[in-house]
Amino acid sequence: MTGDVAVLGAGMHPWGKWGRSFVEYGTAAARAALADAGVDWADVDSVVGADTVRGGYPGYVSGATFAQALGWQGARVTSVYAACAAGAQAIDTARARILSGMADVVLVVGADAAPKGFFAPAGGDRPDDPDWLRFRVLGATNPAYFGLYARRRMALHGDTVEDFAQVKVKNAAAGALNPNARYRRAVTAEEVAASAVVADPLRLLDICATSDGGAALVLSGIDFARRHGVADPVRIRAVSTVTPRYPRTVLDLPDIATDSAAAVEPPAVGFRASIARAAYEEAGLGPEDLSLAEVYDLSTALELEWYEDLGLCAPGEGAKLLREGATALGGRVPVNPSGGLASFGEAVPAQAIAQVCELTWQLRGTAGGRQVAGARAGITANQGLFGHGSSVIAVR
Amino acid sequence: MARARTPVVDGWFREDGGGFRLVGTRCADCASVFFPREDAFCRNPACAGTGLIEVPLSRRGTVWSWTDCRYRPPAPYVSDPAVEWEPYTLVAVELAAERMVVLGQAAPGVTPADLAVGREVEVVPGVLGEDSERVWTTWHWRPVTPEEAA
Repeated sequence: MTGDVAVLGAGMHPWGKWGRSFVEYGTAAARAALADAGVDWADVDSVVGADTVRGGYPGYVSGATFAQALGWQGARVTSVYAACAAGAQAIDTARARILSGMADVVLVVGADAAPKGFFAPAGGDRPDDPDWLRFRVLGATNPAYFGLYARRRMALHGDTVEDFAQVKVKNAAAGALNPNARYRRAVTAEEVAASAVVADPLRLLDICATSDGGAALVLSGIDFARRHGVADPVRIRAVSTVTPRYPRTVLDLPDIATDSAAAVEPPAVGFRASIARAAYEEAGLGPEDLSLAEVYDLSTALELEWYEDLGLCAPGEGAKLLREGATALGGRVPVNPSGGLASFGEAVPAQAIAQVCELTWQLRGTAGGRQVAGARAGITANQGLFGHGSSVIAVR
Repeated sequence: MARARTPVVDGWFREDGGGFRLVGTRCADCASVFFPREDAFCRNPACAGTGLIEVPLSRRGTVWSWTDCRYRPPAPYVSDPAVEWEPYTLVAVELAAERMVVLGQAAPGVTPADLAVGREVEVVPGVLGEDSERVWTTWHWRPVTPEEAA
């Protein structure tokens, strides 16, 4: 086990389509997190930015971009990129600086301003870039991959499109209670069924939107938190940033094919499950200890896969767990009490940080109408393009 | 003037005496297969191999999953915005010998209703699109008919 770090502060800029720069969203979130922590920006000794590829050069050096926007004060700076997992890598970087004694207080920030519609690869002719190739050769958008996974689940496990719709209904109900969510309205199964098919069998309301948003955390060592007057802080106990093991046998974005298992047997544990397993091992906790989970519901069907990969139920039983109501607010282990991506839409580098913001508020007992009663431990799970694991366990 | 037929990617598929095949590479040391091809280094972490030999992939496989593209994908997918969008089907195909899954567009006219997990499909030459100078060629997956399977 590694040591804990304290979450002193959490802050967000509400998700939406605001038409402004990612810098503004990130700076607003950072200011909110600093205020929540009661820490002066001048006392932050390290800034870690989760990069965006949609903001030009400032997006590639987001740590410095946010430091400049907050007012240069000499802090050390790091900028990281790991697609949807960028936020977890930023948290992990901050944690390493704190646990190694290189920093007392670290600010972690991620923000994005997303275009309307499908994400697209960077421009130019780049036939050696798998992300460019999947669009050029196949027109395979992100939802196309989500559609493949959903069809596979239906064939293997007997999931139905009605099950998928119920994930949206559940997450929309929670998101309606979240002031930071972009969509704050209950959705019915009928509305999901009436929305247009995007990638068979998934409909528009099964697939998460792309959003603007920003999220930030102020992290410190446990001793610093105590000296700062926080005797019982929310603690980050594990951060998993594992990569896959060869051969990787589940088709994943942006790949056109899986690895071949002709010469080497596939690992016993698949990539997504290995992300959670590493987090559990680091935290010394198991799925039975969780009060809640925040998972990456890029599509409704994918949320059900995470139930299984987190060990909340046996493989193939995700839909059963959903039907039992276990993962709804008030259930045994609510999943996405924030409303999830279904209610937020994806603001890529902010999303994994936003997941930890939600854990923080839940573990503090300040999540308002969506509060999970008596929350003691929570996990986040997420996966970034090109093989980036992302999972954080926080406890109180 | 006839437009040149040009593979959308060089070296991924070919038509030869044995018919149309996807082309990958195989490590001379550990026999791992790669598609898209690796030409410099084997990616098996337990193998230091650098000798990668071109190999045709199995012509037939079975459906791992499928979906369709109801909306026009963004560039670099080539399509004429002036022409009404025609959805096409995508198929992920499991190749038994290679123990891998390869994605591809389905042949024109193949809809999701034609597919099921486990159904046998075959790789066939296809056209991805055309521009003023070229006809871009690709591979397609097409369901094998019961007569062909027999």
